[in-house]
Amino acid sequence: MNWLFEPGLFANQSVRTALLVGAVVAVVSGVVGIFTVLRGQSFAGHALTDVAMAGGAGAFLAGVAPLVGFVGGGVVGAGAMDVIGVQRVKGRDIATGVVLGAATGLAALFLYLSATQSAATGTTQLILFGSIFTVQSSTLPAVVALSAVVLATLAIIGRPLLLSSLNLELASARGVRLRAIGFVFMVILAVSVGLSAIIIGSILSTALLIGPPASALKLVTRFGAGVVLAVVLGVLATLLGIVLAYDSYYWTSSHRALPVSFFVVVVVVVEFTLASLVQRRRRSKAPVPARAAVHGDPIGWH
Amino acid sequence: MFSSFMTNAWISGTIVAVLAGAVGFFVVLRGASFPAHAIPNGAFAGAAGANLVGLNPLVGLVSFAVAAALGIGATSRRTRNDVATALSLVLMLALGAAFLTLSTEYEPAINALLFGEILGVSRSEIVPVVVLGVVCVVALVALFRPLVFTSVAPELAEARGVNATLIETVFLVVLALSTALTVPVVGALLTFSLMIGPPAAARLLSSRPSRAIALSIALALVTVWLSIAASYTFNLPIGFFVGTLGAVLFLGARLWGALRARSLRRAVL
Repeated sequence: MNWLFEPGLFANQSVRTALLVGAVVAVVSGVVGIFTVLRGQSFAGHALTDVAMAGGAGAFLAGVAPLVGFVGGGVVGAGAMDVIGVQRVKGRDIATGVVLGAATGLAALFLYLSATQSAATGTTQLILFGSIFTVQSSTLPAVVALSAVVLATLAIIGRPLLLSSLNLELASARGVRLRAIGFVFMVILAVSVGLSAIIIGSILSTALLIGPPASALKLVTRFGAGVVLAVVLGVLATLLGIVLAYDSYYWTSSHRALPVSFFVVVVVVVEFTLASLVQRRRRSKAPVPARAAVHGDPIGWH
Repeated sequence: MFSSFMTNAWISGTIVAVLAGAVGFFVVLRGASFPAHAIPNGAFAGAAGANLVGLNPLVGLVSFAVAAALGIGATSRRTRNDVATALSLVLMLALGAAFLTLSTEYEPAINALLFGEILGVSRSEIVPVVVLGVVCVVALVALFRPLVFTSVAPELAEARGVNATLIETVFLVVLALSTALTVPVVGALLTFSLMIGPPAAARLLSSRPSRAIALSIALALVTVWLSIAASYTFNLPIGFFVGTLGAVLFLGARLWGALRARSLRRAVL
């Protein structure tokens, strides 16, 4: 196995922390991501990472703990999107876009100010692209605690949320309070995305939120199986990405390791491409009635 | 503020504003905010890649932006549109991150690509900006009717035999080209703000397409001119002013709409 696991991989403390933190984030992203993909809120999911980034840059400038900035910024952004009208499907992308535009403007200001005020370099790249290898093991308890809160909240509102994601009229008839549920989900999304953005950067945050769940929904039809598969695919991509990034140090003579985010995204995209191929083969093989059933009931709700 | 070294900034800023205002109107009309955000970021990766192999950044910007547009167009036929866009976006950004690691780029240069450096625009860079800008405007004028038709009444357009997929792909390519021009001036992140804020405000203020486009271009021009002036005066990044002014315009238009609706209601009662 030496070709995959370079010597000293598991003895390295920062690699062990990275593997652990990466796995936790991948699990949360997979579960939250299934709902995000089903609700068609990928844009909001991605935009909130950039909004969280603005919060993180502000926290850096103000000397507050980065985690507070990332999560706080995301939650404020989710609130603003809700006020402007993220609930209505029609104007949703515009509401998200306006908040995203304002947040990137603020991020530009904060990053500029912190670049001129402190001697620290690489802040922009660190905030934008994240670096899982620099995660402090002391942030681990906070990460695990927030992840647990996110998963617990989802467990409570899971059923009405799923119903409202799939069929608005039916959910409304069953007495689901759509606006409240939608807002709670946006806050959950903001917290989980802020959490993953600070640890793995905004690129990976979106990749893990959307990629594995979208692949899983192409492969299985039952909701529970979809969640499990999304988590498995996400954790696999994260672990493989970290190992490959560590290995890449040895690939070139100049010893310049490629970023983790690059490898994780490559694995996520390969998974998605394979899932799409499998889905297309199945559809072309399936007899006509079965194909209709697959279309009409994408995740086996009935 | 109007001294000779600022001339290029004013010229390129004006071209970019006209382009972003016009393209942005269709972005808002078609609900294509996510592609409009993803493509500039893809373009950013292209600039980083071109830098790595020693090409002109504009080549990298244009090729990556067009590749992102075609990728989104092709994938979204089989997958949810937003999922296709999200995956194209992260792939582009990941490539950009890898390019940046391999090159020994100086951090301010990256910040300029992300957040814009309007003072860095040189005279020789203005010529391609003008040429490509004119191409984009001509394409938009030619596509005006089918674009509005497929946005407002997609079923009817299909029944009339308009090829919606083709129109969508061509639109994404125009979006990509105008993005590639805008990124070096206002930056990857703020290109998006300029394409959303002023056009969204214009759409709230007028429901007639031709008038809304004119208003959208006018608001984008005001945003860019005020931002250049403010950026020069306060010595802060132009992206900050573009981003916040866009949001302020949108909120102002919302408020104006609410007030007008209220006075109308009062007049009726």
